[in-house]
Amino acid sequence: MNKVMFGRFIPGHSWVHRMDPRAKLVLSFLYIAVVFFANDFWTYLIMTLLLLASVVASAIPLGVYIRGLLPLFWLMIFTVLIQVFFGVGGHVYWQWGWLVVSQDGLNSAGLILMRFVLIILVSTILTFTTEPLEIADGIESLLSPLKKLHFPVATLALMLSLALRFVPTLMDEAEKIMNAQRSRGVDFGEGGLRQRVRTIVPILIPLFVNAFNRAIEISTAMEARGYQDGENRTKYRQLKWHRVDTASLVIYVISLSAVIGLRYFS
Amino acid sequence: MATDITFEQVNYWYQAGTPFAVHALKDINLKIKPGSFTAVIGQTGSGKSTLIQHFNALLKPTSGTVTIGDRVITNATKNKHLKPLRKKVGMVFQFPENQLFEETVIKDIAFGPQNFGVSEADAQALAKRMAGEVGLDESLLSRSPFDLSGGQMRRVAIAGVLALEPEVLVLDEPTAGLDPRGRSEIMQLVTRLREEQGLTIVLITHQMDDVANYADHVIVMGHGKLLKQGSPRAIFSDPAWLEDHELGLPSATKLAYELQQGGFHFDQMPLKIAELADQIVPQLPKGAITHE
Ligand SMILES: Nc1ncnc2c1ncn2[C@@H]1O[C@H](COP(=O)(O)OP(=O)(O)OP(=O)(O)O)[C@@H](O)[C@H]1O
Ligand SMILES: [Mg+2]
Repeated sequence: MNKVMFGRFIPGHSWVHRMDPRAKLVLSFLYIAVVFFANDFWTYLIMTLLLLASVVASAIPLGVYIRGLLPLFWLMIFTVLIQVFFGVGGHVYWQWGWLVVSQDGLNSAGLILMRFVLIILVSTILTFTTEPLEIADGIESLLSPLKKLHFPVATLALMLSLALRFVPTLMDEAEKIMNAQRSRGVDFGEGGLRQRVRTIVPILIPLFVNAFNRAIEISTAMEARGYQDGENRTKYRQLKWHRVDTASLVIYVISLSAVIGLRYFS
Repeated sequence: MATDITFEQVNYWYQAGTPFAVHALKDINLKIKPGSFTAVIGQTGSGKSTLIQHFNALLKPTSGTVTIGDRVITNATKNKHLKPLRKKVGMVFQFPENQLFEETVIKDIAFGPQNFGVSEADAQALAKRMAGEVGLDESLLSRSPFDLSGGQMRRVAIAGVLALEPEVLVLDEPTAGLDPRGRSEIMQLVTRLREEQGLTIVLITHQMDDVANYADHVIVMGHGKLLKQGSPRAIFSDPAWLEDHELGLPSATKLAYELQQGGFHFDQMPLKIAELADQIVPQLPKGAITHE
């Protein structure tokens, strides 16, 4: 549980850390959208270079990002194999019964893998460099036009930030409970399926009981301090758009336009 | 066979190899003797909880060796076959009431022994005995553990660990968050277990009075290092050093130092209230004490 790097915040003062969370959210979404337009060597080259530049600008070693990818390793292998075997067409390299490795299969496997890695990495840049609560603030601010349609943006953002805030707490707590039950002789991850399912009960029940108790305490504490749903609240953290944000936006828009341009007009 | 616990050059890193790595234990050497009562003290974050989680191999040293009875635990030790250690060394965590999960108190206490192959009937009998041991009323046994008061839940959790019939009992701040009465009841329970059943006790505590009253060996942790170890008398003989490390004195000792400023003389600094009283009474002016 301690080894999970994916989705964690790493404090720092780099170019990317200093960016406005809204800018980072918008750029990540743009990037992910444009990944699906990339279709040949040059477009992928631009996407990759843009990503590497962002990694460098985040001042977090590439190795840490790679470690973030490791938990997804099997998922990647699986997707690639599916693509290799089920993409048919073009030159056939190898065949065994209904298993066919063809040129198109390999091509689309490579493509999917590349997209997969790029998308994961760009979202990892976002989560490594942005505190969860900043992400929630950013989303709230970006969604604020929906307020006109009476969409409960503030409530949604509050739910989101509470959830994000308590993910690490819950994980720590699960670890503590597991240790306590281990001390009482529970073997996690051993035995057959039935045995394993049985060992989940002594973790889940205390975890839920604690989570509910905590939720009640938090809501009491919030109400005691005058929180009311739907009321306009001021913010402690002010989101400010800086020159780094404009500069990053320009770089991204130019590179991403180049990708779309190459795809449609070359 | 008596179980002693020995640490040799133990280092522990949380999340080794990531940007979040924390060097939580640095070059620890120590020995817990069978039948002893060891208190572990130190400021918050000094590594006390990390230290004791090595006592039943919940954590394995990043480098160095931990020997528990006849088992040697190193970084290379596999996670299998550690169960016998869990029975030998019972571990009561901070706020142990958070581990309760069964429908009834008795089932929860009986959960541990059943994991070690004790039959349900025997485990229930054991649970009943342990509930009595920690002072839980028999009428509570069929209640849900979640309907109990905080202090009662704490006892259920402790009984759940005692039901494993360990040789070493490790307690991480068992009295945190209890009222003074609950605190002294838990401490009396712990001393009774040691005297009657010969249990080895390791206690993490921030209460220096508990250290003075019950422990015969003290381990002082600071920033992941073992700063000092020795008898309570040796540890509490240097108030300046303790203050430097943000640790206090037992209340009797503290009062004695203050009285010393006011002209009282102590041959040996008292640790317990009774010792303090014995030494002050002869020094009081005649007629100061009136018997009513
Ligand atoms: N799961 C973990 N991951 C990373 N670091 C941790 C973890 N648990 C503890 N630490 C760190 O290890 C150090 C020692 O923590 P530990 O819990 O052992 O302290 P402690 O002496 O028990 O403190 P307290 O008196 O507050 O209980 C602290 O700096 C803490 O932040
Ligand atoms: Mg602790």
